[in-house]
Amino acid sequence: MSSLSGSKKSVPTPGITVRVENLSISYRTTFERVPTFKNAITRFGRGQRAVKEIKALKNVTFDVPDGTFLGIIGSNGAGKSTLMRSIAGILPPNEGRIEVNGRISPLLSLGVGFNANLSGRENITLGGLAAGLSRREVADRAEAVTEFAGIEEFIDAPMRTYSSGMYSRLAFSVAVHMDPDILMIDEALSAGDAAFKTKAAEKMQELRDNARAMFLVSHSMASITQLCNRAIWLHKGQLMMEGEPKEVIDKYNEFLKVGPSAVTLEDL
Amino acid sequence: MSSESSVAARESENEFTTTHHVYEPHTAGLPPIRSYATELWRRREFAAAASQANLRAANTMTVFGQLWMVLNPLLLAGVYFLLVNILSGGGRGMDFFARLTAGLFTFYFVQGAMTNGAGSVIGGGKLLLNTAFPRLLMPFSAVRTAFFRWLPTVPIYFVFHIWAGNPWKWQMLAAIPFLFLIVIFSMGLAALFGALQVYFRDTSSFLPYLNRIWLYASPVLWQITDLPARMAGVAPILETVNPLFSLLGGYTEALTQGIIPDFKVWVIATIWAVASFTIGSLFFISREREFAVRL
Repeated sequence: MSSLSGSKKSVPTPGITVRVENLSISYRTTFERVPTFKNAITRFGRGQRAVKEIKALKNVTFDVPDGTFLGIIGSNGAGKSTLMRSIAGILPPNEGRIEVNGRISPLLSLGVGFNANLSGRENITLGGLAAGLSRREVADRAEAVTEFAGIEEFIDAPMRTYSSGMYSRLAFSVAVHMDPDILMIDEALSAGDAAFKTKAAEKMQELRDNARAMFLVSHSMASITQLCNRAIWLHKGQLMMEGEPKEVIDKYNEFLKVGPSAVTLEDL
Repeated sequence: MSSESSVAARESENEFTTTHHVYEPHTAGLPPIRSYATELWRRREFAAAASQANLRAANTMTVFGQLWMVLNPLLLAGVYFLLVNILSGGGRGMDFFARLTAGLFTFYFVQGAMTNGAGSVIGGGKLLLNTAFPRLLMPFSAVRTAFFRWLPTVPIYFVFHIWAGNPWKWQMLAAIPFLFLIVIFSMGLAALFGALQVYFRDTSSFLPYLNRIWLYASPVLWQITDLPARMAGVAPILETVNPLFSLLGGYTEALTQGIIPDFKVWVIATIWAVASFTIGSLFFISREREFAVRL
């Protein structure tokens, strides 16, 4: 897609897939699970506010050269997902600049699930069209996606009839079949049964050879070490460290005062 | 597969596709409107496909689905016909019924666009969290859905048009631009309520009340000429504050009687349509950055 928020004509930086410069992101969100007008009025009467400004990223700068498989680690609320969303163009920056060279296929939130009343095929089509593919391109991919996810007999059934494993298999399959130059995965690898995990791992290896870059957010340090050749560590919106996955993970574990225990070394 | 060459191969198919993006802070909370509009237009197929899928899921495309689309407003027209007849002491004939159906069916299109639009962003769910695309496609798709639900009522109206012995004149064509304005107006409404619903999830619970009042304040159940003398002062007020007064009024006048509405009606209707579209979409676009973190 041509950039939704890109303003000036700019020239792509050669050799760089993603360049993040002085990126700061803040947004306002609400404490309430379901914000309603009724609650807003009640709160207003008591002089309270449920809206909170969150500074998710503070002045983050880094480059992702071509061929990088970047692991992003950090504790909950470190800004990992926000960073991914901003690179995917879903959450534009408040300050700074992000340059992206390549087609992104984000798998940020598990499930392609656009509408559970629609069939898997319709959801694939809608996701592809929204991402800027043409109807023909989407139709071409739909078969491959279905086959890889192994849900041929369910593809025309409404997605509300799917099991959670089928949901995540389909989501993963869609993301890897959209011909991404840049693949972004947010903790999606735990999806599916053992057989699918093996298949997913193989596909990831294949993508390593084809895709220009990959971003992987994971709490599984094993996945990061295995799949990534570079890592960054975020803490409370700040970039703490950038480097070899092993070094970064060691520092991170040191910071958390936990060793490479059995908990962090879960399988893929 | 995902090398430069395969991207380049797709470029010819999608002339706007570029694989280079720069994201920078928005000025005044709005993304650059021009590239936004370009992207919106380029992905219009998504809006169409989403609306088609929703219509399919709701069985609208089946025979009984279509029948229900017609039956529901028709029964309502019957109810209102009885009600108005009783309240006014009887004596209303087929020409009134024809006028009532023309107005009511189209009023329900506006209401449907508003209600579907309100649910459109919330219903986007995971797609909004995973994909960057102009979100305005969602409420616009909802308007398309509402339009296709309204469409089967058109032949029904013409049955009553014939039954009532209403004239067939070329002036009836003036209803088409009014219909167009009603669609534009509804797109703005759908966008406005779609964005509001993200912040206040009970917005759609207020809509039925709003719609009921709006129906009574619009020239659907009554005609401007029907107004008793003591209510004469109300008409000029409604004319300026109620957008549907001119939009629906002009539409039904042209369609049912073949009268080209006054120039003033055209002007007010156009102003309302443009204002609703502009304010609704700009409000929506200015808020859409937050949708991903608010859902």
